[in-house]
Amino acid sequence: MPAASLTAVRSFVTTPAPARPAISVEGRRAFAFKGVEKRFGDKTVLDGIDLDVPVGQFVAVIGKSGCGKSTLLRLLAGLDRPTSGSLTLGAEEEGHSRTRFMFQEPRLLPWASVVKNVEVGLTGLASGTQARQRALDILGKVGLADRADEWPSVLSGGQKQRVALARALVGHPQVLALDEPLGALDALTRIEMQQLLERIWIAQKFTAVLVTHDVAEAVALADRVVVISDGRIALDLDVPVERPRRRGSAELARREGRILDQLFG
Amino acid sequence: MSFSTHLRRNGIGWLLPVLVLAGWEVASRAGVMPANVLPAPSAVAEAFWRLTLSGELIRNIGVSTARALAGFAVGGSIGFALGLANGLSTLSRGLTDTTLQMIRNIPHLALIPLVILWFGIDEEAKLFLVALGVFFPIYVNTLLGIQSVDPQLVEMGRVYGMDRRALFFRVILPGALPAIFVGLRYALGIMWLTLIVAETISASSGLGYMAMQAREFLLIDVVVLSILIYALLGKLADSLARLLERLSLGWHPAFQNG
Ligand SMILES: Nc1ncnc2c1ncn2[C@@H]1O[C@H](COP(=O)(O)OP(=O)(O)OP(=O)(O)O)[C@@H](O)[C@H]1O
Ligand SMILES: [Mg+2]
Repeated sequence: MPAASLTAVRSFVTTPAPARPAISVEGRRAFAFKGVEKRFGDKTVLDGIDLDVPVGQFVAVIGKSGCGKSTLLRLLAGLDRPTSGSLTLGAEEEGHSRTRFMFQEPRLLPWASVVKNVEVGLTGLASGTQARQRALDILGKVGLADRADEWPSVLSGGQKQRVALARALVGHPQVLALDEPLGALDALTRIEMQQLLERIWIAQKFTAVLVTHDVAEAVALADRVVVISDGRIALDLDVPVERPRRRGSAELARREGRILDQLFG
Repeated sequence: MSFSTHLRRNGIGWLLPVLVLAGWEVASRAGVMPANVLPAPSAVAEAFWRLTLSGELIRNIGVSTARALAGFAVGGSIGFALGLANGLSTLSRGLTDTTLQMIRNIPHLALIPLVILWFGIDEEAKLFLVALGVFFPIYVNTLLGIQSVDPQLVEMGRVYGMDRRALFFRVILPGALPAIFVGLRYALGIMWLTLIVAETISASSGLGYMAMQAREFLLIDVVVLSILIYALLGKLADSLARLLERLSLGWHPAFQNG
């Protein structure tokens, strides 16, 4: 029911950054969850989440279906507010932080051309020819420059997700939240998209939070893997492996094993 | 699309009417079809020519078209506005939708006696009936269109910082447009239908009046001519709506290979 969602204007105002910049050993902080709880009715989905993420980190979030991963991301993106606890977003140079969200589905506007869809990511940031130019640039980076003026309906699933990725990145977000964006893709397209995502992340240096069901994907991409279980963080594992990473290498496989043990052990 | 395929596609629709006309003419000439039951197409063509020369036909078409459009503009814009309001605001919907659904169950043509009592055979009577007839298809389909907009897209728009205005013009309205066009085409049909009935019953000008006059003087060729012209005007309105639809729904898969 779009009617209700329309009236509910984004109500969760991000907490102002602390006066003293929060410098941790790793660098500036991108965001921090402190004792965050989320209940729907009397069902507790998140039960005290503490998560401090420095700027530029690539975090993967893993957990069984229904454990609250999407809920966590929605809190981060301001689509929902915590029942209790606090979420602090780090200060950007201009004084406010920008979080972008990439959904499991592409969610492209069918009535807007590919480039117009990417320009949606510049709402309030740029318009006119400047917006178009920036949208075309980023489309080039995801390899779709030549499809700019087509309708989304003629693209393949992987291409649509690439447009969605371009839309999420065109505004140079501080934080990119990705909710299983590759879940619906076939295995080959998936690996291609993972590499594309990693390349762009290295180039743009945003903070990435990737929710995924795929443990191999998590260890291949992330600096840090967080496993959620029973509403809490059950495992918080660093993956200090050099990039470019070789899929299936022993170091990655060992960490994959630990995560799977945590999930099913 | 090449010219010849265009011709084939659209031309084939005209084949049957032309055959029917030819058969009708032959039947009339052979005396199978008495002229006081159905005049030959050539007689209708003659009537057309006669009334065109006298200026009567053009004047009556003008009067009827003006009535149709005025009624459509009034009923259509109220229906559209209420459809938008009720689609976007739960309060507005809660307040008015039940009442509107109740009124919708009254066939608007059943109001003719009442309308004649209120307005006599003045222009207001026709305007009121056409507006009322057009109102509901536009209202219902606009509301339906807005309610069927993908909430995931609305959420996406909000995440990307669209304000309410941008959300409306870039997400909600385009998403509702296919349904709104269904309402538009349906309303155009109702518009002509209502007008014919209203003009036949109470009018002193217009196509319906022309047909009724002709009936009194047993000018059956003019009666048939009026009916044909109504059909043509209806078809014309529908074609215009389809053209508009085609132009504004180019993104829709249903219009992409046409
Ligand atoms: N708006 C809501 N109202 C009520 N319950 C909700 C709502 N949103 C989520 N939930 C519940 O919260 C729980 C966690 O949902 P969430 O979507 O976060 O799971 P998830 O970890 O993303 O699962 P999946 O991997 O299947 O996507 C589920 O039990 C779900 O039913
Ligand atoms: Mg989910």
